[in-house]
Amino acid sequence: MVERKKAISKEQIESIAWLARIEISKKELELFSRQLNDILFYFSKIDEVNTKSIPPSYHVLDLVNVLRKDEVKPSLSEDISQIAPQTKGKFVKAPRMA
Amino acid sequence: MSKIKSVEIKIGLEVHCQLTNLKTKLFCSCSSDYREKEPNTLICPICMGMPGTLPVLNEKALEDAIMVAIALNSKISERMLFFRKNYFYPDMPKNFQISQYDKAGGVPLALGGYIQINGKRVRIRRIQLEEDPGKLSYEGTIESSTYTLVDYNRAGISLIEIVTEPDMETPKEARLFLEKLRSILEHLGVSNGSLEGSMRCDANISLRGGKRVEVKNISSFKEVERALNFEITRQKNLIERGIAVGQETRHWDEVRRITISLRTKEEEQDYRYFPEPDLVPVIISKDQIKKIEQSMPELPDERRKRFVEQYHLSPQTAEILTRSKAMADFFEESAKLYDKPREISNWLTGEFLSYLHDKGIEIDELTLSPKHLVDMLKLIDEGIISRKMARSVLQDMLLTGKMPDAIVKEKGLEKILDREYVRKIVEKIFKENPQAVKDAIVDKKAINYLMGQLMKATEGKIDPKMAGEVIRERLSKLSKFATS
Amino acid sequence: MPSYIKLPAYEIIKRIKAQELMAEDYIASLYERIKKVEKDIRAYITLTEDLALKKAREIDKKVKKREKTGRLCGVGIAIKDNICTRGIRTTCASHMLENFVPPYDATVISRIKDEDGVIMGKANMDEFAMGSSTEFSYFGPTHNPWDLERVPGGSSGGSAAAVASGMATLALGSDTGGSIRCPASFCSVVGLKPTYGLVSRFGLIAYANSLEQIGPITKDVRDCALLLSCIASHDPLDNTSVDRPQEDYTKYLIDDIDGMKLGVVKEFFGEGTQDYVEKGVLEAVTNLEELGTDHQEISLKNLQYALPSYYIIAMSEASSNLARYDGLRYGYRIPNKSYDWSTVYSKDRRFGFGFEVKRRIILGTFALSAGYYEEYYLKAQKIRTLIKRDFDIAFKKFDVLIGPTMPILPFKIGEKVQDPLEMYMCDVDSVPANLAGIPSISIPCGFSKGLPIGLQIMAPPFREDLLLRVAFSFQKNFPVSAKLRSYE
Repeated sequence: MVERKKAISKEQIESIAWLARIEISKKELELFSRQLNDILFYFSKIDEVNTKSIPPSYHVLDLVNVLRKDEVKPSLSEDISQIAPQTKGKFVKAPRMA
Repeated sequence: MSKIKSVEIKIGLEVHCQLTNLKTKLFCSCSSDYREKEPNTLICPICMGMPGTLPVLNEKALEDAIMVAIALNSKISERMLFFRKNYFYPDMPKNFQISQYDKAGGVPLALGGYIQINGKRVRIRRIQLEEDPGKLSYEGTIESSTYTLVDYNRAGISLIEIVTEPDMETPKEARLFLEKLRSILEHLGVSNGSLEGSMRCDANISLRGGKRVEVKNISSFKEVERALNFEITRQKNLIERGIAVGQETRHWDEVRRITISLRTKEEEQDYRYFPEPDLVPVIISKDQIKKIEQSMPELPDERRKRFVEQYHLSPQTAEILTRSKAMADFFEESAKLYDKPREISNWLTGEFLSYLHDKGIEIDELTLSPKHLVDMLKLIDEGIISRKMARSVLQDMLLTGKMPDAIVKEKGLEKILDREYVRKIVEKIFKENPQAVKDAIVDKKAINYLMGQLMKATEGKIDPKMAGEVIRERLSKLSKFATS
Repeated sequence: MPSYIKLPAYEIIKRIKAQELMAEDYIASLYERIKKVEKDIRAYITLTEDLALKKAREIDKKVKKREKTGRLCGVGIAIKDNICTRGIRTTCASHMLENFVPPYDATVISRIKDEDGVIMGKANMDEFAMGSSTEFSYFGPTHNPWDLERVPGGSSGGSAAAVASGMATLALGSDTGGSIRCPASFCSVVGLKPTYGLVSRFGLIAYANSLEQIGPITKDVRDCALLLSCIASHDPLDNTSVDRPQEDYTKYLIDDIDGMKLGVVKEFFGEGTQDYVEKGVLEAVTNLEELGTDHQEISLKNLQYALPSYYIIAMSEASSNLARYDGLRYGYRIPNKSYDWSTVYSKDRRFGFGFEVKRRIILGTFALSAGYYEEYYLKAQKIRTLIKRDFDIAFKKFDVLIGPTMPILPFKIGEKVQDPLEMYMCDVDSVPANLAGIPSISIPCGFSKGLPIGLQIMAPPFREDLLLRVAFSFQKNFPVSAKLRSYE
């Protein structure tokens, strides 16, 4: 039996879900716990590779310095109330903070 | 209460300065002129983080930031990267901020550097470019409001973040650091510090090598001294009562002037920094740095030295004047119109500064021009007003913005220059006070009474020198008459 | 049914330009077709019939007045619903964006409008392009036109099914880890993932930015070259868009591949590969040999790590890209309650996202979190370098690399939804091209048990010309013919 060293605990899943702002039910937690551990176990295959001196490929292209001029273009002509689900006057209405 | 020595306090700052002289935002072409605009009218799909949109870096923002890094003696990176700082908050349209990072392979705009304040170096840790979030407002306070209003006009405005080492030891030093930084940015022409919210900072403070407390939400550098003083007193009190200071993040409540602990789960932050895939790296060549360096205007330190040499000011005076670009400009413009620079600097560092300090404003917020000051100084030179009168004229100018000659006329402050007119008054006084005249003839000290009478009769508008001369002249005539 | 439903785009365009066919009649007949088969296939989320007919009439007028018309003159195109269309709701097949109407067009949409293409509607997909079967759509699954009980592949399943069943003549898909090629293979149509940077991503709702590209899904290789020519252009709005001269890819449609060197990738015939698929693809290799090519097996050692690396990178980027969906500025928001902002966000996202999306966000958040970044995200990006190097070496020896697009035949709807890992395994042959940023095409190469098999061809960066040339030669000399039951 292979040791599953990278298991993610239910507590960890709960705190990660909070970090990602996704509420999960008890049932989902059970399901995710099983599935995510299977997936993470599969991911652990990459541990085999020695990548010590290998640079990461954050960008596959060699492009650099893509810039634009500091010139104003028109902003959105739509009123915010046509876009946001809840508004108050010209403000976007968000829930309370505290 | 035992006094905590300043050496036991360590203060570090994280300053966010808007590049206010840019026309557009950092990653989109929306106008950056958001102040006093209707909420959510300077927004586009990009700065609203709408699905499918992509950022493109403002070329001028990069140039401005490089200029700042050069001015702060920082080492500019050859190849910088943008990173995403991931956290949820309603003022952030994408729920991540495009920023920079110095770990996990991140390379910010510049590392190291320093600012000199009063002969002391405050070291800079790093300088980075990032986007400003939107603005939240509440019905009442953040704690009691049942909803939050969000304006995204500010979202995406270009910010440079300057992080210092914990090298400051007093709240005053922190204030001086910020003043100097602001003066540098203003000399560079990249930021106007007098615009509301253009310079904000977070401060971290630790006492006696204790735990570090971070104070967020300090909205101007005027507030920084206040916030730090409060926080130091708070921590001092805890220590004296034997309570350990916990590591935490507190918010500065500008209205109540206290720091408050907003204890929420959000404190356990994990920003999950990673390279922004939608922005390619930026290569900054030595040539580009050189080119920018050559085009850079004079900085406060150079200007201070020049003031000493060119205007023969004391180093202290030059330092005070160059602490603010507006003040230094005011001085130089005045000096162009009037060739007694020390006279100008005396008035600026004396009367002006204490007035500005009392009002908590900057010199460029006054309706007063260098011409006001210079005209006033000329009135003194011409003997039209006395130095003492000039002080009251200045107060009037500061309040009303009127020109000094107008004030002098309005208030009838001109000095009496007509000697014949004075002689007539003296004659009258002598007639009314025969005994005093007799006394004065024999006792020179008794002349003071007659002087006092003369001043009273002319409401002090007479030059004391002339007054003495006319009285003595009359007395000597009388005494000649008496003895002959 | 008029016969032109079956025609490829270049034939339709020729007839419209020659005034042999009215664009309006043709577009109307496509909607007739939709009315007939869409209830079984469910390729579309939103149909834009009125707009399409209006545009068709405008084109007919232009043609009549002999005004200049675009290269896509009147052709009906299905647009994957993760590509933003101004004024037309763009849902990403998510409850979260069910009512989202973008106030902007993706750059590719502007290009298509400029070329007089006609948008038929927005095609179904896996929610936020996360899936390989189009089962993870908030609007329900799309069915494979070749066998309605089976999946059309994904995530651009709606686009491929629409083209395969004659509900659109052309389609746009997006490919993050195979999302164009997989459904192209399963639906027996042509699908091309361009080189990373060739087509603008502006307006493509991001799943994993560093991997994805928009590309054509078409009936044949000629149409593929035509549509690619129209959408490939430099875009200053996209940092990763490469500034190269505009190309007419149809000039590479040359029936001559004599002497070309083909590398048959060993890792593409691994243990998960079904025998039917292997047989079909090897037959295609033999066919290509008849056209004068040489082939040899080649092993790219690091490909065995491609799939986990791909998923780690994609999920990590997705966790950040999808953070913006909180219900505040647009999108789904729970009915007004007195919760605080964090709770509202958590509930908006709980009910706004489907299971697969939530799984990937949570895993991606984990992979980027403190203490795990090096182990997962950074490591995966390093392996990506190794995979790129493997391809660089292979392309020194071979002109193109070939293998199956999918290791398996189209599977039954519901067969894999319970096991995410099994679903991920379907992408094993398609993700390497995304990691390396190289172009890759899937073309039909046969049928087994009545189900399509796709041949995948890969070329070095910006060598779409080679892909099109090989694909065109193959298709011209060995056309795959099968009768689509639902056509008749």
